[in-house]
Amino acid sequence: MTLTLTPLDYSILVVYFLFVIGIGWFLRKSVSSSSDFLTSGHALPLWITSLAFLAANMGALEMIGMCGSGAKYGMMTCHFYWVGAIPAMLFVGVFMMPFYYGSKARSVPEYLKLRYDEKTRGFNAITFAVMTILTSGISMYALGKLLNLILGWSFTWSVIASAAIVLAYTYLGGLSSAIYNEVLQFFLIVAGFSPLAILAVRKAGGWAGVTARVGPKMTQSWQHMAHSADNPMGVEVIGLIMGLGFVLSFGYWCTNYLVVQRAMAARSMTDARNTPIVGSFPKMLIPFVVILPGIAAAALATMGPGTYSIPVKAATGGPDYDMVLFSLIQKFYSPGMLGVGLTALVASFMSGMAGNVSAFNTVWTYDIYQSYIRKDAPDSHYLWVGRMATIFGVVFSIGAAFLATKFNNMMDYLQLIFGFVNAPLFATFLLGMFWKRATGHAAFTGLLTGTCAASATYGLTLAEGKGGFLGVLHTFPSSMAQNFWVAIAAFTVCLVVTVVISLMTAPKPVAELEGLVYGVKPIEVEPAVWYRRPGVLAVLAGLCCIALNFVFF
Amino acid sequence: MLDLRKPAGFFFLLLGLLLAGAGVLNPGYTAPLLDVNLNLDFGIFCICFGGVFLWLSRKA
Repeated sequence: MTLTLTPLDYSILVVYFLFVIGIGWFLRKSVSSSSDFLTSGHALPLWITSLAFLAANMGALEMIGMCGSGAKYGMMTCHFYWVGAIPAMLFVGVFMMPFYYGSKARSVPEYLKLRYDEKTRGFNAITFAVMTILTSGISMYALGKLLNLILGWSFTWSVIASAAIVLAYTYLGGLSSAIYNEVLQFFLIVAGFSPLAILAVRKAGGWAGVTARVGPKMTQSWQHMAHSADNPMGVEVIGLIMGLGFVLSFGYWCTNYLVVQRAMAARSMTDARNTPIVGSFPKMLIPFVVILPGIAAAALATMGPGTYSIPVKAATGGPDYDMVLFSLIQKFYSPGMLGVGLTALVASFMSGMAGNVSAFNTVWTYDIYQSYIRKDAPDSHYLWVGRMATIFGVVFSIGAAFLATKFNNMMDYLQLIFGFVNAPLFATFLLGMFWKRATGHAAFTGLLTGTCAASATYGLTLAEGKGGFLGVLHTFPSSMAQNFWVAIAAFTVCLVVTVVISLMTAPKPVAELEGLVYGVKPIEVEPAVWYRRPGVLAVLAGLCCIALNFVFF
Repeated sequence: MLDLRKPAGFFFLLLGLLLAGAGVLNPGYTAPLLDVNLNLDFGIFCICFGGVFLWLSRKA
């Protein structure tokens, strides 16, 4: 499948590039310290931090993957949003943000240092820095490969040009520039893909037509979850709720500095707490933009080969769900809108990459360079280091993109590593924030053993030919089910080990835990009208999410 | 600091003008399953969206 662009499409792409670089150019004047560059000086308004909180997570892989999953699994894919994101976003806003923001920590690893000790911070900082570079590189690899496949553009130049634009605006304006552009990218992504959802569903006869064509298993989210064999995802309700809805989701949204950084850039405690909560409202509607076109594609495919068919893999002849989004764009977007769709895809890539790079440069500067390499330098030096880290972050990402060309299954392993690292980390944070008895030695040991438990679970189980390198004790019906249970094992082992070792080691004096642990000191509550209070907004968002689950039950 | 509503407003206004212009000048631009003048419709939407942003930025 190839798409041919017209001068109009290229014009839209160029206009977009000029605007994102222009935003960085204007914001360069507001950067005069390392804090301005790396943490936005805690000066951004709520609506911007909320949308950036979402956009940092809306990478190109998510757009393509979620549309493909919609065609493959149907409405069950919405669990990644309604179960796998909203509850965790509300939790981090209501319960965890007071400690992140109130502790005055500049990053998530720095919070770990304040709460536990230096080695726990070092472990988290290094694993996080490596993961951000790999994620950014693999995302870049995927985009370069797709542009090469779909448009015939050079892989090398696609990767280098996209990276250079992200570098230009992130280098100029730092985190503020990354966040401002993420918001612009959010609007563009929603605007670029929404018409596709509307047109595809309308063509399939509206939602009633889609339901009639693909059947209830594709249009209901909960009714076929009792047994893994009953649904196309191969996941049962306990694995879904515990693995995705609790461990993986909370591990990502509550501890990943990439997203938490956006909330920490807010100008007040109330705004920081409201950032993920307000962001949860548009987040719960995103499935209608990215998953719905995939479900509609499955419905259109039943209307006969003359209308639409799911793309097939040249090598195996099986369905190629990753190409569903492009096939829909090809069928529904005329020149002009084709440019908008392509620009939205490039924007989603840039949004994800800038998020990774801006989180990387902060963790590198504050948690690695300032902590282990040069402690007491003037602030101008750290500003310079932050800018250099931005350049190196982009260069390393390009390196990771080229590395990915040599390893076909790198993406699978990276997703697994996220489960290895984030799942035990959530247990560490949960105990750290809500149990004052938890100690630094216990946290560090818990993290290590949790990660080892994840490796062991993966090594002793098999799913779709993956894992089982230590022997096969159990076979999962899908990789997704395996990932969920790997995360559950990592979380449980980390939790138990941290509790046991904490009881055997000396805790920090209570005075050192003020502002870091729940119940040590009352949380400072800023006066706010009722509709701006985090608790009220969280209840409202929770009710809306429950209602959506019932509508598509 | 920069008010994002201004660049976002100008961006969508410009995008809308480009698309609506193409929709008016080339109504024959089409795609296999498309049965509306999408460039014109979406262009008008973008002009309104950008206009709202610019109006909000003036009020601030």
